[in-house]
Amino acid sequence: MINFRLVVFIATIAFGIIFSVPTFFQTEKGSKITLGLDLQGGLYMLLGIKSDKAIESKMKSLGSSIRYFSEKEDILLESLEINERSLEFILLDEDDVKSIDNLLKEIKGLNITKVGLNFTVALTPVQEEITKTQAIEQAVETIRNRLDQFGLAEPNVARQGKDKILVELPGIKTGEEEQRARALIARAAYLQMMAVDEERAMRAQNMSEREAKSFGDILLPDAEDENRKHLLHGVPIFDGSKIIDASVGFNDANQPVINFTLNSEGAQIFGDFTGKNVGKRLAIVLDGKVMSAPVINERIGGGSGQISGSYTIKGAQDLSIALRSGALQAPVFLMEKRSVGPSLGADSIKSATIALSGGFILVVIFMFFYYAQAGLIANIALIANLFVIVAVMALFGATLTLPGMAGIVLTVGMAVDANVIISERIRELIAQGATAKKAIEQGYSNALSAIMDANITTLIAAIVLYVYGSGPIKGFAITISIGILASMVTAIVGTHGVYDTLLARGKKINLRKWFGIKEAK
Amino acid sequence: MELFKYTHSYDFMKKSPIFVAFSLLLMAASIALLLTRGLNYGIDFAGGTVIQVKYDASAPISKMRDKLKEEKLFSGATITRFGSDEEVIIRIKTTTQELGSDIGDMARASLEGTGNFEIRRVDIVGPKVGSELREKGIMAMLLAVLGILIYVTFRFEWRFAMASVFALIHDVTIAMGALSLFAIDINLDILAALLTLLGYSLNDTIIVFDRIREGLRTIKSSVLKDVINESVTRTLSRTTLTSLTTFFVVLTLFAFGGEIIHGFSFTLMVGVIVGTYSSIFVASVVLVYSGFNVSIFRAKEAEKQKLEKEKNDMRAMYEQGTL
Repeated sequence: MINFRLVVFIATIAFGIIFSVPTFFQTEKGSKITLGLDLQGGLYMLLGIKSDKAIESKMKSLGSSIRYFSEKEDILLESLEINERSLEFILLDEDDVKSIDNLLKEIKGLNITKVGLNFTVALTPVQEEITKTQAIEQAVETIRNRLDQFGLAEPNVARQGKDKILVELPGIKTGEEEQRARALIARAAYLQMMAVDEERAMRAQNMSEREAKSFGDILLPDAEDENRKHLLHGVPIFDGSKIIDASVGFNDANQPVINFTLNSEGAQIFGDFTGKNVGKRLAIVLDGKVMSAPVINERIGGGSGQISGSYTIKGAQDLSIALRSGALQAPVFLMEKRSVGPSLGADSIKSATIALSGGFILVVIFMFFYYAQAGLIANIALIANLFVIVAVMALFGATLTLPGMAGIVLTVGMAVDANVIISERIRELIAQGATAKKAIEQGYSNALSAIMDANITTLIAAIVLYVYGSGPIKGFAITISIGILASMVTAIVGTHGVYDTLLARGKKINLRKWFGIKEAK
Repeated sequence: MELFKYTHSYDFMKKSPIFVAFSLLLMAASIALLLTRGLNYGIDFAGGTVIQVKYDASAPISKMRDKLKEEKLFSGATITRFGSDEEVIIRIKTTTQELGSDIGDMARASLEGTGNFEIRRVDIVGPKVGSELREKGIMAMLLAVLGILIYVTFRFEWRFAMASVFALIHDVTIAMGALSLFAIDINLDILAALLTLLGYSLNDTIIVFDRIREGLRTIKSSVLKDVINESVTRTLSRTTLTSLTTFFVVLTLFAFGGEIIHGFSFTLMVGVIVGTYSSIFVASVVLVYSGFNVSIFRAKEAEKQKLEKEKNDMRAMYEQGTL
């Protein structure tokens, strides 16, 4: 007769061994346990985002649209001023009110206040919230794009909570590499094309910011020399959102440059502007610094351009990645960072493995000495338990962290508990003179409620830890939980099956000897 | 091998005043420590920066101190050896928000010229994240206790639940006292250890209570103390054994598991000892003081069983079609 408990036990062992093979032998196929960043080394970051800034940049691009539209339709604006959350302009001609109204009507989510010919435009509160949310989503997408192109294995970028971004980068080797990746993430890559205010350009060096603002201009520093200022018209011609491609090239002096291509709308605006402004200068502004301000020689059609500056090849590559994947609408900042070097991770694995083997050997020897054959059977259950933990984690693609390894070590100590409880019960029954069959049967059933209650309380603590813990700690909760559940199967059902089978075969078992009870002298 | 062969019950209850006094003393000392010395919050909860540096020779700590002093951001930085002579931990209370060049990069630059070193770990926890983690930690503690309390109340009588929660408070208080005494950095891993301790300590207590509950039905004496004495004696072997195996693994973890999980394994080591002690000597004493009465319990049980039997009889009659 086949004993179903034994079948369950053997199936569990087989399951544990088969599904832990890919992990132990690192085979190509099959799901494996992934190592946490604390074990394989890598970078974990939690970023915050200044989403208010997204509203400001929205105002800027709205300003660009209004300026472009008014110039195209010959509408005269007396001034156009962009603030943090709104923009203001004054029309000169009452006849133009209607066409401006029509333009603004097309853009949704605007709050327009009109006093005579003075316009104040802001986003509605709802639209402001939408803009902020979009900025976060866009930042997640942008950072993911950039890191994908950076060439590191399996970057993970995800939104966390309402306004945080989680970035995980395994496989970062050196501090320099880490710094480069961080700089790439943080780069705003906000490209603007701006017109130089040729009328007043001569006075740029001595002008105050306030004076510049009074002309609707803006003073920006040169990228090469912070002290050199450029006086530019405050409203950009267009911005980097019109860029569809960017790549590294070389100029005549064999210096790395970035060639960019605009979409059709950008190409149209660029062509119109350059056509109208031959002989004037066009400033290419990146993240608030003027990269170059070449004189426009002729109308530039085709929608392509070049950014030059003193770049290294790596620097030019990173910048072209950033431009390709788009600008961050709002700047991000560091809230939390954990970075572990690969050598430390390897050390952690080594010491945790030593602890695991040491603890395991101690427990196994102890169980054997204390319970003799019964201890041996319990040890088989314990080994099966370890395989099951590895197998289940591999199947679910769970991450093994350092606390997770500690959890496995702890499981070794705690998983034998069920067998200890059962063995003690059986010993008691033997002392009372029960037959072998009765001692086993009743020993298991007497022990059941205690094992269940005890394990469930530990499980409750582990689940709470999983829900509230972060990163590595979650790994601990996972290994502990799997260990507890597996121990219930291997210890309660599995070892029972072994005894059942032995008894059913009519084998005469000297239970006293089997359970390590000294014969009465 | 048999450590405790059951021949007769030990009279634990007779000596209970000694244990109670001992426990209260330990708890009082722990609370005093927590109030005066307090806990040493690590960066997970307080925010700040931790940088682990490994030199290829013995770490030049005083030289490092001088170098770090030059940067204002590092004022108040502490440098301590970490596991070995070559390795040190720099703890800084401040953090930076800048992504491109963070406080870790600055430390690397500042340490330039102190020798051949490798920065192995940089942890930066901003103040906002720190306070969030603290709130989450407290919530986790409370929820775990609540969940366990509900489960135990559901499975046992409420006085058992109360007694087991008292044992829990006892264990966690003493473990925290030890953390305060040895000035261990309280980080997330310590919280995990404390939560594990909650589960473990309760695990032990429940095994004893389960036996007491069983004893209430099977042991002839209707004196609670007798029931407790016999039940505790009968579980003594199991409690000691499991505690021993658990202690073995925690000890190996403490000795070989590496410096990073030292605090974690230390907490568990204290926890296993205190948890074992409390489940044998403290929890059942509280049960006695709670005014649990065996006769009333048995009367209630009998009543319950009678109701159950009547229900079953009714069902049987119904099924047979006689009702």
